Amino acid sequence: MKILVLIGNVPDTTTKIKFNADKTAFDANGVQWIINPWDELALTRAMELKEAPGSTVETIVVANVGRAETEGTLRKALAIGADKAIRVDADPLDAAYVATQLARFAGEFDLVFAGIEASDYNGNAVGGMLAEMLGINSVSAVSGLNIEGSQVIVNREIDGGSQTLGVSLPLLAIVQKGIAKEPRIPAMRGIMMARTKPLEVLQPVDAQPLTAIRTFEMPQPKAACRKIGEDQAKELIYLLRDEAKVL
Amino acid sequence: MSVLVYIENWDGKFKKISFELASYASSIAASLNVPAVALSLGKVDNSELSKLSVYGISRILNNPDERFNALDNQAIAKAVAQAAQTTGATCVVLAHNNLGKAIAPRLAVKLKAGLVSAVNGLPVSTEPFVVKKMLFTGKAFGHIEMLSAVKVLTLSSNSFGLAEKQVTASVEFFDPEMVDADFHIQIKQTNKVTGKVLLSDADIVVSGGRGMKAAENWAPLEELAALLGAGTSCSRPVSDEGWRPHSEHVGQTGKIIAPNLYFAFGISGAIQHLGGVSSSKVIVAVNKDPDAPIFEAADYGIVGDVAKVLPQFIEAVKEIKS
Repeated sequence: MKILVLIGNVPDTTTKIKFNADKTAFDANGVQWIINPWDELALTRAMELKEAPGSTVETIVVANVGRAETEGTLRKALAIGADKAIRVDADPLDAAYVATQLARFAGEFDLVFAGIEASDYNGNAVGGMLAEMLGINSVSAVSGLNIEGSQVIVNREIDGGSQTLGVSLPLLAIVQKGIAKEPRIPAMRGIMMARTKPLEVLQPVDAQPLTAIRTFEMPQPKAACRKIGEDQAKELIYLLRDEAKVL
Repeated sequence: MSVLVYIENWDGKFKKISFELASYASSIAASLNVPAVALSLGKVDNSELSKLSVYGISRILNNPDERFNALDNQAIAKAVAQAAQTTGATCVVLAHNNLGKAIAPRLAVKLKAGLVSAVNGLPVSTEPFVVKKMLFTGKAFGHIEMLSAVKVLTLSSNSFGLAEKQVTASVEFFDPEMVDADFHIQIKQTNKVTGKVLLSDADIVVSGGRGMKAAENWAPLEELAALLGAGTSCSRPVSDEGWRPHSEHVGQTGKIIAPNLYFAFGISGAIQHLGGVSSSKVIVAVNKDPDAPIFEAADYGIVGDVAKVLPQFIEAVKEIKS
């Protein structure tokens, strides 16, 4: 069995977000780039599946759509334990564009992992689009996954509870927190080995983005917090009713 | 032409989020000067369906096939795509919840449509079609132009609200072409949380952080939530410790919520947490540390001990409710 894990290259989650002067582009100066947190959990789960006794997983490939500067993030995924990386050399214009690029080779895999969203543009789109383009099954909000023969047993969150499902391969699993306990941290040996693992660069196919970010804006600054004494806590509830009018 | 909205049901019933979606779709439809059409799949009574007409939906399509209750995103996407084609929809609206998020990308590919998820409120303009959405988990917003003829949107809950606009509506049987092979998933077990307000549907959310100190200290927080009809949530360390389930984690890697009122008890307010809650209309923070960053995001705050404050809040809520 072959597993593909989609890897997003995103700013570190503690990054202070800045834009250029006319608010039309993200200012990447001084930004630390990381593997999208959900993709890192997906890769961790893929590794666990490969290492399980009697596993049929032969290979784990990681892939992204991005320019050469995103290779550090792919190398980190190789250091965690992926066998090979693929980078499509293009700017990730929008989700439909990215999914179109990935669809060229993702069909060779039995199981594809995608994170439920990217922590930068919060799109929730690439995984589902790719599954539809490939014509394969997809399950979203996956918080647990085990392979049992040609079936995959999946735990997913639903609004108001959770479910255990059986679904057949090939499958695209869109994963969220819970899929793996903690993301794996690359060990020194992994970092050394990652340098010699294959990283294939593909040229993009022609595709048109269907959406485009025109401008950015920062949230409105909040008015100062109104402080109430610990002993007057009851008063705060009355303020919520009479002043804020939310009770 | 139309604006189509997919309305999910919970055991045959709609929730506030359903009516918010209906309000939103009919408002976009009005600005495009086309009818607002709703699609409901699975068994829902006609009396429930016709409630959508209160929010401006003039045509309600329904298919009672119980196979749709399995929440199979592939099957539902196929049915919604057919409804979009039959009604000539130029804009399709879904909820930004677990099901909507799963359907929307598949639907967008079927309709060759652009997708913007977690849209905040009405389009900024319809010509060109520009919507506003949260980016970087609440740290910024973007104005996004949709370049395709058909647009698919998922709406952030509580970003538009309810807008009553009673119209006369027809309820019609809708018969999408479906085969058995369209239903892909086999449900082995369902665990429903009963007697709890859905986080995505909650007007008020009561949340606890590490400052709650232990799982057993949640009783007064839950009591307050029950009195207010509120949902409960927590910060990341709390779900990582296993004090509360992952489904309650709000923040950058958990859920993003925007209730009218958010209570943060013992939450310091790391940037990742604030991202998940900063769109809340009013934030109340209770924390021992006067320098906790949560107070910068909060509208009202108490520097103090949650164990002392919670009983006072409960008492005051009982007073105003009686």
